[in-house]
Amino acid sequence: MQTVVVLDYGMSNLRSVAKALEYVSEGRHRVLVSGRPDDLVRANRIVFPGQGAIGDCMEHITAMGLDRALREVLPAKPFLGICLGLQSLMEWSEEGGGTPGLGVYPGQVVRFPRELHAPASEDILKVPHMGWNQVWPAGPHPLWAGIAPGQRFYFVHSYFVAPKDEELNAAYTEYGVRFTSALARGPVFAVQFHPEKSQQPGLRLLKNFLHWDGNA
Amino acid sequence: MMGLAKRIIPCLDVEAGRVVKGVKFVDIRDAGDPVETARRYDQQGADEIAFLDITASRDARDTLAHVVEAVAAQVFIPLTVGGGIRSIEDIRRLLNAGADKVSINTAAVRDPELVRQASDRFGSQCIVVAIDARASAAASEGSPRWEVFTHGGRKATGIDARAWAAKMEQLGAGEILLTSMDRDGTRDGFDLALTREIAEAVGIPVIASGGVGNLDHLVDGVCIGKADALLAASIFHFGLYTVRAAKERMREAGIEVRL
Repeated sequence: MQTVVVLDYGMSNLRSVAKALEYVSEGRHRVLVSGRPDDLVRANRIVFPGQGAIGDCMEHITAMGLDRALREVLPAKPFLGICLGLQSLMEWSEEGGGTPGLGVYPGQVVRFPRELHAPASEDILKVPHMGWNQVWPAGPHPLWAGIAPGQRFYFVHSYFVAPKDEELNAAYTEYGVRFTSALARGPVFAVQFHPEKSQQPGLRLLKNFLHWDGNA
Repeated sequence: MMGLAKRIIPCLDVEAGRVVKGVKFVDIRDAGDPVETARRYDQQGADEIAFLDITASRDARDTLAHVVEAVAAQVFIPLTVGGGIRSIEDIRRLLNAGADKVSINTAAVRDPELVRQASDRFGSQCIVVAIDARASAAASEGSPRWEVFTHGGRKATGIDARAWAAKMEQLGAGEILLTSMDRDGTRDGFDLALTREIAEAVGIPVIASGGVGNLDHLVDGVCIGKADALLAASIFHFGLYTVRAAKERMREAGIEVRL
């Protein structure tokens, strides 16, 4: 039986992610919530979830030796980053006065601009960007199987990734600005929204991940 | 059309682990079962589900964490839990059980620093500050137009609701759940002036609550009240309207919804 490790770095609520994976796995995968680098190395696939402040996240990751383990496993096996698990792949985040990330991909994590306006409206958009918004895949990918373009997923964030290499973009979303809501390269797929909280489309994406061989 | 949808959030009152206050679906086996009720709303297209714990006894409160745990294992949309939350430990327990957000009301008034500590510790995204407000009887220059109440609307605080909402944002609240105590239970519609006042005073999302009696009230809450999300209980519980019907009505009115 394949093992999926849900990365536990001691700060966020991982139950939702683990429960959603168990639900779609239908008993065919072992879902292991762990913060041990050797579990990461042994896993067949990895989910890196996260909410909250990226500074705390990176501090925990580094203190637990998970940064090295992540850099080792990232190009080697199917990986799904969620929210902070996406943002931490970049070089640097504006959040908290500036926080270095894992630097797997060149680019930054930036905040939604102040005075963000809805299209053709006087209304100022609220930050955090919270709720169900549309995700537009940049192209075909096995993780989008069965998910229609423009499908809504649940978001909650104030910062988004701006990868330097446009070819990393796997999906876009509009919220006053157009931002990268998913990126993909090789066996890495990472999303800004929360598939574990996005009902059917989210569960479908998680199921696609569990069956993915890591090739785009 | 592209963009963020306005949210519909059914709210369930929970007492000692059971849904109370008249959830009446015609075809539900056990209307008191939080899992079954939540699942029903999920199927209808609810964008989130809120649980309000009205258990009087502190001892019986632990059952709430079990309720959240059971629901979170089967319903994959955001869950907000409120009612009687007093400490960082209370919040931690509920988040660990599977709640995505907790709402803090009386405890925030008693100790505003709790909001700061909680958002530092768990992130703003999971800290909702619930504000129960009432129009001031003798509104005059300098006195609040809407006053914050605590203890389920029984206790006046003398605090101006607008200033309070701004302060809560500053301390790290990720969202405001605003209930008009004047309208709660009346079915006369949201207090639109209050909703708009608060929605325009803060940069974080505002959930309007209190007074929904029909689907046009929901439309008004967004179009006139400028709410980002709408919380309702009785119109859904009694089977008067489904969440889907509510959203269809909103979409007809030009509001972006998830359907």
